[in-house]
Amino acid sequence: EIKYTQLFINNEWHKATKGKTFPVINPSTGEEICQVEEGTREDVDKAVEAARKAFDIESPWRKLEPAARANLIRKFADLLRRDIDYLSKLETLNNGKPVGDSKGDILGSAACIDYYAGWVDKIAGETLPGAHDQFIYTRHEPIGVCGQIIPWNYPIMMMAWKFGPALACGNVIILKPAEQTPLTALYCAALLKEAGFPPGVVNVIPGDGPECGNAIASHEHIDKVAFTGSVEIGKKIQEAAAKSNLKRVTLELGGKSPLIICEDADIDYAVSVAHRAIFTNAAQNCTAGSRTFVHAKIYDQFIAKSIELAKNRVVGDPFDSNTEQGPQINESQFKKILDYVEAGKKDGAKLECGGERHGNKGYFIKPTIFSGVKDDMRIAREEIFGPIMSVLKFDSYDEVIKRANSTSFGLGAGVITKDLTRGLTFAQRLEAGSVWVNDYDAIINQAPFGGFKQSGHGRELGKYGLESYYEVKTVVVKLI
Amino acid sequence: MLSKLVSKQIINHGLRLTTRAASASAQPKLVIDRKPPVKFQKLFINNEFVDASSGSTFEVINPATGDVITEVADASEKDVDRAVKAAKDAFRLGSEWRRMDPAARGQLLYKLADLMERDRAYLAALETLNNGKPFKDSYNVDIPHCISVLRYYAGWPDKMNGKVLPVAGDFFSYTRREPVGVVGQIIPWNFPMILLCWKIGPSVATGCTTVIKLDEHTPLTGLYTAKLIEEAGFPPGVVNIISGDGPHCGASLVKHPDVHKISFTGSTQVGKLIGIEAAKLVKRTTLELGGKSPNIVFADCDLDTAVEMSHFALFFNQGQCCCAGSRTYVEEKIYDEFVQRSIERTKRRKVGDPFDESTEQGPQISHEQMDKIIDLIESGKKNGAKLLVGGKREGDKGFFVQPTLFADVEDDHRIAREEIFGPVMQILKFKTVEEVIERANDSDYGLAASVFSKDLDKSIVVSNGLRAGSVWVNTYDNFDPVAPFGGFKQSGLGREKSEYSLDSYSETKCVTIKISQRNS
Repeated sequence: EIKYTQLFINNEWHKATKGKTFPVINPSTGEEICQVEEGTREDVDKAVEAARKAFDIESPWRKLEPAARANLIRKFADLLRRDIDYLSKLETLNNGKPVGDSKGDILGSAACIDYYAGWVDKIAGETLPGAHDQFIYTRHEPIGVCGQIIPWNYPIMMMAWKFGPALACGNVIILKPAEQTPLTALYCAALLKEAGFPPGVVNVIPGDGPECGNAIASHEHIDKVAFTGSVEIGKKIQEAAAKSNLKRVTLELGGKSPLIICEDADIDYAVSVAHRAIFTNAAQNCTAGSRTFVHAKIYDQFIAKSIELAKNRVVGDPFDSNTEQGPQINESQFKKILDYVEAGKKDGAKLECGGERHGNKGYFIKPTIFSGVKDDMRIAREEIFGPIMSVLKFDSYDEVIKRANSTSFGLGAGVITKDLTRGLTFAQRLEAGSVWVNDYDAIINQAPFGGFKQSGHGRELGKYGLESYYEVKTVVVKLI
Repeated sequence: MLSKLVSKQIINHGLRLTTRAASASAQPKLVIDRKPPVKFQKLFINNEFVDASSGSTFEVINPATGDVITEVADASEKDVDRAVKAAKDAFRLGSEWRRMDPAARGQLLYKLADLMERDRAYLAALETLNNGKPFKDSYNVDIPHCISVLRYYAGWPDKMNGKVLPVAGDFFSYTRREPVGVVGQIIPWNFPMILLCWKIGPSVATGCTTVIKLDEHTPLTGLYTAKLIEEAGFPPGVVNIISGDGPHCGASLVKHPDVHKISFTGSTQVGKLIGIEAAKLVKRTTLELGGKSPNIVFADCDLDTAVEMSHFALFFNQGQCCCAGSRTYVEEKIYDEFVQRSIERTKRRKVGDPFDESTEQGPQISHEQMDKIIDLIESGKKNGAKLLVGGKREGDKGFFVQPTLFADVEDDHRIAREEIFGPVMQILKFKTVEEVIERANDSDYGLAASVFSKDLDKSIVVSNGLRAGSVWVNTYDNFDPVAPFGGFKQSGLGREKSEYSLDSYSETKCVTIKISQRNS
């Protein structure tokens, strides 16, 4: 069932230079699925060589007409949809998310790829009004070799968000999927070859962060690095990029996103939004609504209803169509989350439900709710990446905005209210790259996504997503 | 020998009406059906084929023979009304079309493009049968271009962004780009499929609904495409396609109070009539009209390329191009050589059965057009231009005109001022850059122009000076969907293709919400 476990360079499958492999685990059982070749610095070098060649000005990729490039990119989207059954099962096997969620991810990813395919022949420079003897124009040129490092929480979707704009602008790619979840990326590499992408345009190197990821971030001949992951690693990436060749950097990092529920919210609606805001994807979501601010007037009601919803959340085998929540990704995350449960208790928050392992195999954790959370508690300040809802009470809107903003993160934020002015005012004042009003985590391919402050810089999706994948060249022709 | 090689290179380089993408897939050996069956002859309204309410029909002629191919429903005012009603219904608030995700609209266009690709050979044969253009043009140029245009527009629906505006005061202001509404689109007979797609593309991309009136000479491929629209899954009423004449059918579409915008491609004369009618209801109007486009050949050009491209610029599509390079200005220094080579090339132009692989030129569209062309040829002789090749009807069946060449044409000759729309080339002499720019611009038209020169600076300076919507340098008739096309002056209003075309199918709405406190 696992078809591809090697490095993908120049449209060919290679063993790792150092000959090592690493295990890929099924988080539902804790058991090994298979071994995958482990890429190291030498393999990154090989990939860079292939990519540079594919980016040569005379290469087939550079000479491909925009409409033809668009057709290739759309072909890839079609193949994702064609193989959705197999891919979704592979994603669920490796990541643990319910198979229905995997399917949704793949459809969203294919739509994202299609969206960017549509941009290819619409990326225009400008002619600029100049002096009478000047002809001035800009070109939007591809940057070149783009290193892309993606996480394990949405393996296929994060790959699509990276591939779409990079390929649309005519770049070439070296992708390092997360070491926890390399399998679907490798399968997609085969699809890219099937679609007809010339060799070297997309290369996939599975490997770890410290060796392989670092090799990419610090490589002298990679022109840009895009990273999605933790703030801690993001800082290292930016440092390595600056120290080496000042490669362009975009980062999508963590969050501690607030969801603010106002007194006029429809309580049932608010409860359901808050529930999915935190628990979706077993809370392994950079924009997880991990601080739920509830107005004092509806606080008790909210807690009671949320507990009920959390207790009814079906945790279990992600291949079972009834399952809503699968396992956490691995043992290390699993332990870290349970540590936060202890921290919450120690800091004096009230454990309303959950707070322990589910079952005795794999890394399942029960949906957990803490009430009476205070802003200075660890569970209110640090990104947990686990199914713990932290509910904080507020009674002043001015105050809650300040509290919501008092974090070094700034990825997402939500507000539930019927009041138009309040909703728009919150939208103005919340320091977050995405603000949702009467919704949460509405991810739309044409709307830009990214962080304020230490949640990252640069935007993905939308037209803005293209900006970090082209270089602007100004040409001035003097007319004599 | 050399000129033959050059010819092939030019075909590859010059026939840029399409991108290679559409014809990239490997094709099995092509079997050309010279008698493609006509499958659809009725009006396409609400995804159904219906007879004209009066039951009347009109004949469709094969211009290569003058014979009747078939009969097709003749839409009257009543049918226009029916079609507009269908379009209006499909556009009502809350309808499937209005509520559809923008990306889904795009997917419908991709699907239509795929179906056209599937039926490419049939559509090309039908287009050739009805219009007379060589099959190798229909197959290699027209249909692939249609496919690439639809795919281009398919990418736009989810990318038409409005703006959030930095206004003063405690307001939240933003713009929405909304579809203009029900559009009426009237297309001509010279590129039936291509113009159909130039119209469908922006209408669907922006979310409008449309009634398209096909030209009465060439309704067959449009009615077949209607079937593909239904097959692709467009909701009923989103694209309606009818066949009918100008004075009744077209006029009632233009005058209809429920049609919010008119897009017309055709003659300047009719365009003006449409503009006048539309103005009475303040109807948004875009017009693509005629031209008398100047093609300027400088002495420092690549002469082989210039001769071949100038020939192509005029003679392509039997000379029936709104942007035909119908005034070829040649610099004095190379004039005699250019004329000589053009005579040879024109004499070599193969006229004949459009289904024949070696044919370069088919018939003109109708007897009427043929007569008009012959008449203008006579005027050329009368005005004193030198007739060097052709000048007469070719054969006595069908509407063929000999490839014709005039040299020593003067700016005030009728053949230098009036649009001929036939295979008649005019060569005029010039001395200086300033003079030729002035003479090139001395026209009420302004659709296209071209420059042949190796000098970068001169090319840019001259391009800047030419009053034309498309200026081609060292090429001609490049119709990339990405690039805008349209006229200065009386060649039209507005632009087709490209991002620019979307504006004329959109209305900008500015929404301003009062809030208690605005912060930047």
